[in-house]
Amino acid sequence: MKIVVCVKAVPHPSEICKIRIDPATKTLMRCDVPLAVNLLDRHALEAALELKETSGAFVSVISMGPPPAESIVKECMALGADRGILLSDRAFGGADAFATAFTLSKGIEKTGSFDLVVCGMASSDGATEWVGPQIASFLDIPVVTMVRKIENRQSNEWLVISDWQNGYRRVQIRLPALLTVTRELNRPRALSFSGIVKARKKVIEHWDLDALGIPEELVGAKGSPTIVSEMTTVEKRRNVEILQGNAEEKADKLVTRLGEAGII
Amino acid sequence: MNKGFGPVWVIAEQAGCEVEIVSLQLLGKARELADELGVACEAILLGRSLEESARKLTEAGADRVFLADDPALEFYQPEIYRDIICSLAHEHGPEIILAGSTFMGRELAPLVAARLATGLAAHCTGLRHDRNKNLEQLVPAYGGLLSIVCPEKRPQMATVARGVFKTPEPDSSRKGEIVLIPVPATAEARVRTLEVVRGSSSSIELEDAQVIIAGGAGACSPEGWETIRELARTMDAALGCTRPVVDEGWAFLDAMIGQSGKMVNPAVYLAIGISGEQQHMAGITGAKLMIAINNDPASPVFQQVDLGVVENFQEFVPLLIAKIKAYRQKSCLQP
Repeated sequence: MKIVVCVKAVPHPSEICKIRIDPATKTLMRCDVPLAVNLLDRHALEAALELKETSGAFVSVISMGPPPAESIVKECMALGADRGILLSDRAFGGADAFATAFTLSKGIEKTGSFDLVVCGMASSDGATEWVGPQIASFLDIPVVTMVRKIENRQSNEWLVISDWQNGYRRVQIRLPALLTVTRELNRPRALSFSGIVKARKKVIEHWDLDALGIPEELVGAKGSPTIVSEMTTVEKRRNVEILQGNAEEKADKLVTRLGEAGII
Repeated sequence: MNKGFGPVWVIAEQAGCEVEIVSLQLLGKARELADELGVACEAILLGRSLEESARKLTEAGADRVFLADDPALEFYQPEIYRDIICSLAHEHGPEIILAGSTFMGRELAPLVAARLATGLAAHCTGLRHDRNKNLEQLVPAYGGLLSIVCPEKRPQMATVARGVFKTPEPDSSRKGEIVLIPVPATAEARVRTLEVVRGSSSSIELEDAQVIIAGGAGACSPEGWETIRELARTMDAALGCTRPVVDEGWAFLDAMIGQSGKMVNPAVYLAIGISGEQQHMAGITGAKLMIAINNDPASPVFQQVDLGVVENFQEFVPLLIAKIKAYRQKSCLQP
């Protein structure tokens, strides 16, 4: 079985609050925020690695991003992926979900035949949730989003459980297919020292626009139907009243206010 | 009717035998947008036994409702739902398609957008026309608001969560046309929903809650989360959280409040161990009284609430619980 896992390098969760809109220039102030593997993509990789262990699989990891994103592909190799690919080209910059999904789908096609593509259900920075299902659209394969459990695998007919309002959806899907996964699916393994040592010898493949053989108009900002036309800073400041006194007095004041609001 | 623009559409949804509230809310907005363009406001509803819901969509503002009513469509079926919507779109050339940020909408909308080769804005908190009559789709990010437009392609597509727009007052005098869509016989689907199970949620739904207690990254410990749960029980409040709490496994995605989670409008919102990250705060702009408990006086959350308590919540909340119980006892004793 051949599995492709899509991963994204995102600003490290603890540092993301440093990225802000500059009120003067209305552009993003991106400081040197360290990159990390998007957390939900770790669950996607874990799903692939578990399938590799139980049934045997060849796991490729693919990411689109600037050259420093190589480090997160490397990290996935250290966790147990067999092949690592970074799609990187200046032309890919400024892509919206549609152009990103298109570019990744071309990368996935170039890896050869595959049975399964796994993605995290969303990224922590963009959070559109569109890339997974749109990759499936471009590859013309079926998709189930927000999978929390793989219930049954009978050759190429799988039964999966996915999230639904106050409940769940049981779905039958025929491979080759794409799944986007939630954090309930599994518990991602930690990096091991031996994994890191082994990954040192592995080479990350870099594919640019030429390698994918697609026209420049279809990728990056040019290939994106949506654009950010404006950025505004919002002043959502409320006039806060900080309760004074010792803890006891603060609790009394708060209870009085809750009582006045008629909710206790 | 303006010949230059296509109609404004809503992909509506039925849950069980009731139309989803977000579908009605989207129709209210779609009606406004359609009137600004001088075009029709239309809804698409797929499922089984849809008559009642179709009437509600009409009362909420739809001039025309496309109905695909068939036992085979009882559950959301990705490929056939997508195919029906895309072929209707090819036929009628809508200007705008809106969908709810429901589990269905979040999977179906990107499939439709990819097939129609158009843009899709995610989880918008505002929609309006700009000078060029492009749909300006507002999305909170990075401490501000992004305006997303799709200038070249049509339709312009967006998902919006329940609670962003108000539910329109039903107008029972409104008359709308119902167009029955034949359900195409398809080749065997590659993906099939076998069942949808909706738990009878015993707890209060966040969207309906009058009082919400929300915990953040600062509450991510077994004792911390139990303390917050206890306060929610004491106050009969719904329990919500921020993304890190879900990521760390203390709560399910259902409980996440924020731009990519639930949009809430409670009378009182009480934030505990929450730093005031934009993603989260964008979900609570409708709250009347906002309170924060945080041990860091410099936390940005204190600029975004009405009442602030600078205390360690682990010590303060048990005290608060005791005081609330005492307050209640006292008010019971009063004649």
